[in-house]
Amino acid sequence: MSGANDGTLDRRDVVATLLRDPGDLLVVTGLGAATYDASAAGDRPLNFYLWGAMGGTAMVGLGLALAQPRRRVLVVTGDGDMLMGIGSLATIAAAGAPNLAIAVLDNSRYGETGSQRSHTAYTTDLAAVAAACGWRNTATARSMAEVAELSPRLRRESLFAVLRISPEEKPRHLPPRDGAHLADRFRRALGVAVD
Amino acid sequence: MATPSWQADVYTALKAAQIRQIGYVPDAGHAHLIEAAHADPDMHPVVLTTEEEGIALAAGAWLGGQRAAVLMQSSGVGNCINMLSLPQNCRMPFLTLVTMRGEWAEFNPWQVPMGSTTQAVLGAAGVHVRRAERPEEVAEMVAAAASLAFDSAVSVAVLFSQRLIGSKVFVK
Repeated sequence: MSGANDGTLDRRDVVATLLRDPGDLLVVTGLGAATYDASAAGDRPLNFYLWGAMGGTAMVGLGLALAQPRRRVLVVTGDGDMLMGIGSLATIAAAGAPNLAIAVLDNSRYGETGSQRSHTAYTTDLAAVAAACGWRNTATARSMAEVAELSPRLRRESLFAVLRISPEEKPRHLPPRDGAHLADRFRRALGVAVD
Repeated sequence: MATPSWQADVYTALKAAQIRQIGYVPDAGHAHLIEAAHADPDMHPVVLTTEEEGIALAAGAWLGGQRAAVLMQSSGVGNCINMLSLPQNCRMPFLTLVTMRGEWAEFNPWQVPMGSTTQAVLGAAGVHVRRAERPEEVAEMVAAAASLAFDSAVSVAVLFSQRLIGSKVFVK
């Protein structure tokens, strides 16, 4: 199922770069491999992993970014989740959240279900979609040098970045999957939990 | 069009419940709330492309220590079902106010299927449903629904009946 336009980046290397020295970065990850990649880069309470709710990752990031305007929020998700929530690119651009950035790990595949081709394997350019929705800063990385350039920008700009990763599957690295636990530890680490 | 006073009271109830983010897909029955949210410097109004976005927005708000509410009409409830697993799995509050169509002097038959299943569908998805029929009960019901949602960390929907909001008038 390889294709001429497949990305070549190693997804674990990409995410390890994006999440290096995270400090107090607030991270929201999309279901499937993006969640495993973030877990492999180092589990921490300020990572909120989605294991479902497909299409919702970017919007969780928006609600969080609006609630925490002095903190940086980074959404890390896959092309399938972003495609399902494609309208949220318009919603987020219209809302305006200068402290929110999105990194899409684009392997042009639905990796969890047998590596079927997604729309980005055919015709869709998510960075162009984001730009058309009103995102002023969009970028696509095809080399680790470009990932290294984008990584600090994802910590300071309202940036939508597509990272063209290889369709190669990695061993699963599973973080906790109890949503109530993940939410509770996140809120405690952020200092917003009461009682 | 003059704003019925119960609609202003609903906004007051949302403010009293410390709602700071309002996601919405517009409905005529929510017009006052949407205007009030945009006029309020302490509120984040977020126009959504589809109602399920609002559930994810509310989850993110909760993670960040804020409370959100989502406004939709009954046809939008059907767009939400899988996303309702998010607050349920994460034991997060979720509050939505739903204007009903398809149940009272409805002109548009396309509103009827979803309108007639809204309450059952929400219930089946684990959402606590309250239904407001009379102007004098609406604000209190919204306040109680917010308490239930945020104090007990459950999903709650308040349905505003079509008789309450008034049928949409179509003129040929």
